[in-house]
Amino acid sequence: MRDVAIISFAQSVSARESERNEVEFLMPVVREAIAASGIERSEIGFTCSGSSDFLQGQPFAFVMALDAVGAWPPIRESHVEQDGAWALYEAWVKIQTGEVESALVYGFGKGASGDLGEILALSLDPYCVTPLWPHADSIAALQARAWIEAGRGTERSLAEITSRSRRAARSNPHAIVSGDETPDELLARPYVASPLRAHDCAANGDGASAVVLAAGDLARSVCSRPAWIRGIDHRVDPASLGVRDLTRAPSAELAGLRAGVGRDRIDVAELYAPYAHQEAILRQALGLPETTNVNPSGGALCGHVMMSCGLQRIGEVARRILSGTADRGVGHATHGPALQQNLVCVLEGE
Amino acid sequence: MAELCGIVGIGQTKLAAKRVDVSMPGLVREAADRALTDAGLDWRDIDAVVVGKAPDTFEGCMLPELYLADALGAPGKPLLRVHTAGSVGGSTAIVAASLIQAGIHDRVLTVAYEKQSESNAMWGLSISAPFGVAVVAGAGGFFAPLVRGYMRRSGAPDDVGIRVAVKDRLNALRNPYAHLHLADINYQMVEQSPMLWDPIRLLEACPSSDGACAMVLAREKLAKDAPTRPAWVHATAMRSEPTMFAGRDAINPEAGKQAARDLYAKAGITDPRREIDCAEIYVPFSWFEPMWMENLGFAPEGSGWRMTVEGATALDGDLPVNMSGGVLSSNPIGASGMLRFAEAAMQVRGQAGEHQIAGARRALGHAYGGGSQYFSMWIVGSEKP
Amino acid sequence: MADPVKSIVTPIRLEYDYTPGRATSRFLRGIARHCILGQECPKCHKVYVPPRGSCPACAVPTEREVEVRDTGTVVTFSIIRVPSENIHFELPYAAISVLLDGAGIPFFHVVQDIPLDQVRMGLRVRARWVATEALAPTIASIECFVPSGEPDAPWESFREHS
Repeated sequence: MRDVAIISFAQSVSARESERNEVEFLMPVVREAIAASGIERSEIGFTCSGSSDFLQGQPFAFVMALDAVGAWPPIRESHVEQDGAWALYEAWVKIQTGEVESALVYGFGKGASGDLGEILALSLDPYCVTPLWPHADSIAALQARAWIEAGRGTERSLAEITSRSRRAARSNPHAIVSGDETPDELLARPYVASPLRAHDCAANGDGASAVVLAAGDLARSVCSRPAWIRGIDHRVDPASLGVRDLTRAPSAELAGLRAGVGRDRIDVAELYAPYAHQEAILRQALGLPETTNVNPSGGALCGHVMMSCGLQRIGEVARRILSGTADRGVGHATHGPALQQNLVCVLEGE
Repeated sequence: MAELCGIVGIGQTKLAAKRVDVSMPGLVREAADRALTDAGLDWRDIDAVVVGKAPDTFEGCMLPELYLADALGAPGKPLLRVHTAGSVGGSTAIVAASLIQAGIHDRVLTVAYEKQSESNAMWGLSISAPFGVAVVAGAGGFFAPLVRGYMRRSGAPDDVGIRVAVKDRLNALRNPYAHLHLADINYQMVEQSPMLWDPIRLLEACPSSDGACAMVLAREKLAKDAPTRPAWVHATAMRSEPTMFAGRDAINPEAGKQAARDLYAKAGITDPRREIDCAEIYVPFSWFEPMWMENLGFAPEGSGWRMTVEGATALDGDLPVNMSGGVLSSNPIGASGMLRFAEAAMQVRGQAGEHQIAGARRALGHAYGGGSQYFSMWIVGSEKP
Repeated sequence: MADPVKSIVTPIRLEYDYTPGRATSRFLRGIARHCILGQECPKCHKVYVPPRGSCPACAVPTEREVEVRDTGTVVTFSIIRVPSENIHFELPYAAISVLLDGAGIPFFHVVQDIPLDQVRMGLRVRARWVATEALAPTIASIECFVPSGEPDAPWESFREHS
């Protein structure tokens, strides 16, 4: 495999973009990532993005986004209808073929222009489940309940995860929510779908993120401390909730193993856990020890831009490696109800 | 490129207006099973799955690959979902091929589908933003003005579109999978069909179809032992440009020209018309055959229509185009690009039955999408590159 | 199977708050004042109407506002005879790609008050606005375009847009 690194990262998150459209909030993010990369836009070999039409409520929403990246003269470009983390994977593969030396990757979404939990019902079995319109929070609550009943944790564990995340988010300028509540204070609040309370569910918003990837020598020539991708893998579990052990995430376990998470210590992990109990499930799936700093950004609980969130998790880890505050970390992305699909990316400084 | 990629299995469903006999999982499974059977492989031989389809709004299912994971045998494996508008079927195959070429996997299953009957695709295409006025109806409304622009620019006779429409429907009669089998198709029938989006007549436009296409791709050492000889990927190319900007040429888009130039350079082709034996290209409205002949460098600008008029693009011409009957005969949108890529591979494997071009050794598969702004193409050959 | 279920109908209704964006909002506010505002690219100086907030070719934001005239040239067209749920014009009608005077890019609208067989490339048209009291921030404030009576524009003047 060729050495490939993340050499820059930019993001924009807000509770609601009520003035700017997708092109208007994506363009500054893309420009910032390119400017920070030290590579000219015209020199970037490949572009790949992730987004979902149903977040915009319009087909071909990603087509307009091309306006933001400067696709003229024409560019080598592709798009996944998945989180930007999978776009990063496709771009990494493209660099592995030897066809290109660098890539721009971005993800964007408008998770706050509709009721995301309701929209996500359309990603379930269209014949037997979608007609019931289960809300995403309700499906997550089924998983959380199963997790508690299996003795993996308690409601207090959820409150502890949320309390820690909200406190961490206070130092993250891109967080949508943050707070200084104790677990006891959080436990006193009402349920939205028991055992989940509002703060145990992701704070949805609008936004975008972008990274620039570069291969070996190019990365070294433009970046003093590239965040090298040492392992990247993604796997999917069956769709039907009824056939899965909801207290585990087998696809995350497998992806973590294949990405080599356990080969050395992990300083920092950013896990895409839109519900508090999912952080615990993922932490266990990846075998992360207590010493790993998990979600120092506050994670998805404190700011969740669907289709960008996974790429942001990888970017948050890359940012810490680029700046020298961490040596080895793992970024994670998920898709689908109850952690159905998972991607794991291990990053290292030199 | 580290690894050679061979196409070792190809499958497609019967393409039809409504496949009410199968669900969405049933549809993709039908194509995938056929591709595996063709490859002499089992589900457990597949390392990763790459799925493509056009907008999720077409069926009203968001991220349907998650629900289809089981039908695609994907649990425990990597599953990628590509969407690059109308070119998606081609782009999906290219992404799958890159997983082999990069040396990441041994065998990859790639599937593209559309089940247009499960929703209203024309509505799905035309959802318009508030504060606007909906002026164009569906894709035809968007592309008809471009066709008119081409007619003016090239000075082509008015009936070139009719000739293409007849040729492709005659070809479809040789393809058992094609949606439209118009046994009595002829010039008058097309000419007298209603004008929908003037200058595009009903029979100069593609139908709306349900269908899926699947391919199994494998790395060199596995491909060369396949039960049927593989098609080898000689080159792939993708290019995109913005939908609209001042000075854009939407009739002969730069992105298509650049993709074709890149493709031929990678495949070592200097005279595409002579060195390519047949081409399966994305022609949803008949006039796009001459337009793409120019864009792909088979004919000088302004003279692509001559190839149609002179019969060069017929099955017995010097560059047969759309041997399968093309998009004009079957259009399951998300799968349409992959069907083009698969037809090219079938031709060089000698699998195309009644629409086989004798001795085809090198073939082009082509797809485009959006406002003629996304292009994906590949060259496949019977011999290793 | 004796009685297979071949299809079910699941009605879907989702509501979205739509954000036109800053550039489009300014354009729509202009329309409500009987004024067509484009934006000029600071690099290539082409004027985008309606503005998209950026020049996709140069990948830079566009900010300088330019008022363009409500007359223009039909650069290409199609006579639409196929119904579509989102279309409110009576069939058949002429959809046009119209390049306004002062604009660098055409946009889609319709032309009326002319027999369909006389709609042609190069036809000079002007906007027909709704009554002043009905002006609103929507492109529908321009009801349609109608022939302006000027001589046709020569093909060379709009060739690159058709």
